[in-house]
This record gives sequence, C-alpha cells and structure tokens, in this order.
Amino acid sequence: MNETIINQTTAKAPVVGLFVTCLADLYRPEIAFATVKLLELAGCKVEVPEQQTCCGQPAFNSGDRQTTADIARQTIEAFDGFEYIVAPSGSCIGMLHHYPELFERNDPWFERAMSLKSRAFEITQFLVDVIDFTAIESRFSGHVTYHDSCAGLRELGVKQQPRTLLQQLPGVKLTELVDSEVCCGFGGTFCVKYPDISNRMVSDKSTNIANTGADTLLGGDLGCLLNMAGKLKREGIRVDVRHVVELLADMTSQPPLASSSYDLATKV
Amino acid sequence: MQIRTPEFKESARIALHDVGLQKALGNVKNGFPGKRAAAMARLPEFDALRDQARDVKNHVIAHLDLYLEQFEAKVLENGGHVHWCRTSEDARQTILKICREQNARTVTKGKSMVTEEINLNEFLEQNGIQPIETDLGEYIIQLRGEHPSHIIAPAIHLNLEDVADTFHAHHHTPRSVDPKVLMQEARERLREKFAAADVGITGANFLVAETGSSIIVTNEGNGDLTQILPNTHIVVTSIEKVVPTLEDMTLFLRLLARSATGQECSVYNTLSTGGRRPGDQDGPENFHVVLVDNGRSDMVGNDFQDMLRCIRCAACMNHCPVYGAVGGHSYGWVYPGPMGSVLTPQMIGIEQGALLPNASTFCGKCESVCPVHIPLPKLMRHWREKEFEKHLTPRTARWGLGGWAFMARRPALYRKFSALSNAALRLMAGKKGYIRKIPMVGAWTDWRDMPAPSGKTFMQQWQEKQRSGH
Repeated sequence: MNETIINQTTAKAPVVGLFVTCLADLYRPEIAFATVKLLELAGCKVEVPEQQTCCGQPAFNSGDRQTTADIARQTIEAFDGFEYIVAPSGSCIGMLHHYPELFERNDPWFERAMSLKSRAFEITQFLVDVIDFTAIESRFSGHVTYHDSCAGLRELGVKQQPRTLLQQLPGVKLTELVDSEVCCGFGGTFCVKYPDISNRMVSDKSTNIANTGADTLLGGDLGCLLNMAGKLKREGIRVDVRHVVELLADMTSQPPLASSSYDLATKV
Repeated sequence: MQIRTPEFKESARIALHDVGLQKALGNVKNGFPGKRAAAMARLPEFDALRDQARDVKNHVIAHLDLYLEQFEAKVLENGGHVHWCRTSEDARQTILKICREQNARTVTKGKSMVTEEINLNEFLEQNGIQPIETDLGEYIIQLRGEHPSHIIAPAIHLNLEDVADTFHAHHHTPRSVDPKVLMQEARERLREKFAAADVGITGANFLVAETGSSIIVTNEGNGDLTQILPNTHIVVTSIEKVVPTLEDMTLFLRLLARSATGQECSVYNTLSTGGRRPGDQDGPENFHVVLVDNGRSDMVGNDFQDMLRCIRCAACMNHCPVYGAVGGHSYGWVYPGPMGSVLTPQMIGIEQGALLPNASTFCGKCESVCPVHIPLPKLMRHWREKEFEKHLTPRTARWGLGGWAFMARRPALYRKFSALSNAALRLMAGKKGYIRKIPMVGAWTDWRDMPAPSGKTFMQQWQEKQRSGH
C-alpha cells in the first residue's frame, strides 16, 4: 500500500488516534487496550483524544441529522491532525465514513469529513490493508468460529483481514459459521424497538454458533458480540465470546463476555 | 386493500409464532438466495450489468417524460390506447370504463402488483365484474381471500397442505397433496376461464419506448393466455417501467430472472405491441395501456428517487432477515420487505408507514443484492428523518435520544455518565459476569442476558495509567 511506502521512507512511527467506541469504553475496556497494544506492536504511536464520545450512529439511524452533524463535527475536530483513526469496530468506523453525507458539498465541513473518512479504519483492516502488519503472536489456543458483522463486512469490506491475522496463530482452529454474513439481529436500537424479531435472528445465530462445535465465538463489533453473548448465556450454550483483538493481542486472561472469573472457576 | 401497516409489530409477533408460516418462510431463505448466487457465479459480467442497468434507469428517470411520450406515440401508432392515471381511483375508473364498453362479466388477470396497489380486484367485484387470477400462486390466494405475501411468489407463505385444503374446499375434489394433481386441477379450471374471459388484464415488467411494446415474464404461460384470448387486453402498469430500447430491455431481463429466481431467463417472455392487425391469426382487438402514477412522479427529484429504479425482482426480500422472520403479510400493505419499507410510506404516508423503515437492522444485505444498486438502507434512513422531522418518533424514544444527544455533545459529561452506567451495571451483576433482568430494558433482558462490564470504563483506566505513567 502507498501508506506503507510513505511510512518506510519517512521512517517515522505513524500517529494513530484511537476511537475507543462507546461500547468498548463502557463494557469491555480490554478491547481498546488490545487495540492499542496491536497498534504499538505494529510500530504506531497511539493517542486517545479526550474530546471523543460516540460516533453518532444512534442519532443518525433515528433520523436526527442535526445531532448527528453536531457529533460529527466534534469527532472530526477531536481527530484533526491524526494520520489515522482506528477503532475496534466496523460499525463505528462505517459511521465515520457516513459523515460526508451530513454536509453540503460547499460546506467546509464536507472536506474535513472526507479527510476523516480517508483516514478512518477498522483495526483488522488497518493492520492488514494499511500497514501490512501480520506478525501476530498469541498463546491462545482453541477452536473458534467467526461472525462477520454487517457494517464492517458490507460498508468497509472487512472479511479476509481478521482471518488473515488469525491464520498467524498456530493454536487457533477456525470453523466457519453457517450464515456468518447474516445479521445477528442487534442493529443498534433495532434490538429494543423490535425485540421479538431481533430475538428470532439472534436465536438462529446461536443455533448456528452451537452447531460449529467451537469453544469460542469471535467478532469485530462489540454490539453484535453483546447480543450474541447475552443470548448464548440465556440459552445455556457454553461458548466463550470475545472480540477478535483480544486473541490477536494475546490478552485473553480476562473472562469472556457475560462470564466472570467465578464462572471460569466453576467451569473447570 | 386495508392498510394494516400500523399494526406491524403485533402482526410480526403473531407471525413469529405461526408454525406453518415459519416452515413456509424456510423455503424463501433456503431457496432463492442460493439459486441467485449460483446464477450470478455463472455470469461473470453480472456486476458490470448491474452498473449498466443502474445507469440506464437513472437516465430514464431523468428523461421520464420524453420516454413515456415516445412510448405513448408508438402505442397509438400501433393502434392501441394509452390512459394516464394520476391516482389509483383514476386507474380503477379507467379500467372499469373499458370493461363496461366490452360488457365484461369476467376478467382474467396475469400477475400484477400494480393492480394490488390500486386495489383493482375488490373494485371490479363491487361493480359486478369477476376478476380471475391466473398465476397459480395468485389463483390459490384468491380462493383463500388473501393478498400476496411476496411480489413474485405471492403464495410463498403457504405450505403444500394449505393448498391441498384450499383446493379440496373450493374445487370439491378429493384432497390431494400431490403437486401434479393440484396443478392439474387448477389448470382445468383456469382453461375454462381463459376461454370465457371478456377482458384480459396483465401488468408489465417493462415498457419499451422505441417500439411501444410491453413485456411480461412468467414461468407458467398464464400471461400469454390472459392477453391473447380475450377481445380486449389491458396492460396496467406504472410509469417507471419504461426503458428506451429493446436492447435495454434484454439487459434488464438478464438481471431480473437471475436476481429473482436464479433462472438464466424466465420461461415465457411475452411482448405485446398493439392489438390484432389485419391478417393476424389471433390477439385482442383492443389494446389498452393504463399508466399509473400514484405518487411516483413526486419521487422524481425527492430523496427517494433511487427507488424508481426498482425492477421488482424481490431479491431484497429474499435476502432480508426481517422478511425471513415475519413474512410479507406482516408489513400490512402491498409491498413487503426492504423495497416495501421504502415504497409503502411514499404511497400511504409516513404517518401510517413509519414502522416499516424502522424495521431494519441496516445490515445492508438488501442493497448488496439489488440488481440496480438501490441504496435501500439509506432510503429507509431518509424515512426515519422524515418521521423525526414530523415529530412522529415515539415519545420515549425521542426523550431517550434527546438525553443521550445532550451528553454525547459534551465529552466530559459523557465520560461521567459512562462511568456511572458502568458502575451501576457492575453493581447489578454482582459477582456474575451478566445481568438477568434490568428494569426498563426488558426489551433486551426478556430475551437475553446483559453482559456486565469487565471493569471500570476504558477512559477511566486509560487516564489512571497516563497519570501513573503506565
């Protein structure tokens, strides 16, 4: 990639602004720490701008363009000057890619939104496609399956990148999930606006997950992972749920989603 | 057709518990997508054709008036008649007038979603004219007093047993579950109707401006018998169906069959270019085209213009997890699935239609399979914007969004609120890593557990680390 060439020629560590994402911030800080670790291993300098909050997707998908534009301007400013913006979420990065739609073409914010879009990447996409870093090492060993979250898959083209990285881990056996590209039913506010339909979708997903025989479900978006982990837990299906970066960064000492160390102790 | 869209949630809930329907919907999910994928794989230029089709449609929409006038001139030249109908009522009255001129008692019909849209069957019945659906699926649901649940497979919500019961009840024949026997029963009854009909009504998949032709594609040949045998043929269709040339039409035919059923080509592709000419062996004496607008011309230049590219292949609903869960009738009006969630609010108003564009996770599968690249999630989002602008969003959702938005624009406050929520969730979870029930968030916890935060928020931990210098 061009970026790689630039980095090599300037021999300077690229400065990456971490977009934490609200869900990782609130529910699973390890995902953000793992992302930082991976970026640093890949030779980047990572900073966490304080002015970031949410990408604005809840407002955008609720039809509130004014609020979305306000949040977009705030995010654009927060990440001004960063070479790259990276997040452990295809959905939030996908939202950043929508920012130009919020402004008229003659609005100065349009250009700034376009600039942000060109610098914003989902973590596995960034590692594989942008800086070509695949020298992953992890002690993790286990039988995993992978759910392709919709926004990453269809808005950003994230499909092979996490698999390319997982292939570097000799202890990982990947069994592909039937209908891995079918939505899990999370859909942001969809899951609470249409709980019955959402439940049907995540039930189907749980069945497919159980049928793989894998011990661990991986994915790249915490929203979907919370949904699936919550459903698997409720149905008593014992599959560990983790964000893919936890494995890639060799940070799997904390219990998987919807579990506690107490659970782990009783499981053995 | 009665509008039941505002009852979408309740209809969906019932549909999710309907064992027979769920079995039938399995046929959609396990049938169409695989067939489409296989057909696509056999045609390497499929994606290039999609781009081309999008461009042709955009060109036509930009010059819709010119192509429609060219089409009209050609139809007139071929001895046919064209009727411009702004509303459903205009269209119904026009069709009734033509039928009355023929003293029509029975009308055979090829499959047509536009006639569903204008509620034609009920109207004809009220006026003493019997409409007879001749597409097998349409025939079955007409016997049952139902409406289509899918735009190309109208009886997809039924199982074989349902058809067996329906035919047994209406045909007074021994009950059979042999599809061949059932087909033969329908065929025998429909043959009599074809021969006796005074008027034949079909839709059109495309109108060809350069020749004044309309084309229908079917797999049963019922459309041919509907339009050739009666003395009068009425094509009832909508204005966005026009394409410039026969060559353009073939481009769309290649995309339509593959996107819809995974066929290379539908079995019957039948062009109608005017009525019977001197010396012709057969064909109707009178040829009418009823062009229905019904809000479409308002879409030219508005946020929903892209929707006018739709060629009604049904790929969006065939691949939609929401359609696949609740079926077409839940949508409560004529057009179901993602395309229906965009079209319905345009036609019945966002006040009545708002639940449909909200019933999407924006997973984007529909857009990814659309043969003319309609950005369906984006268009559904535009409807949500209209809903929000008109203050139609439910109050609790509006307040929740407002409170959240207030904080999301204030980073320091947002971090405090996140830390507070994080602490509250961890408190609720106790030693467990999950929460079984959260007051006011029953929509989540009725069905699944809520994973608990694994520790303080990232921002709290990050700042602690920064302060301690790692």
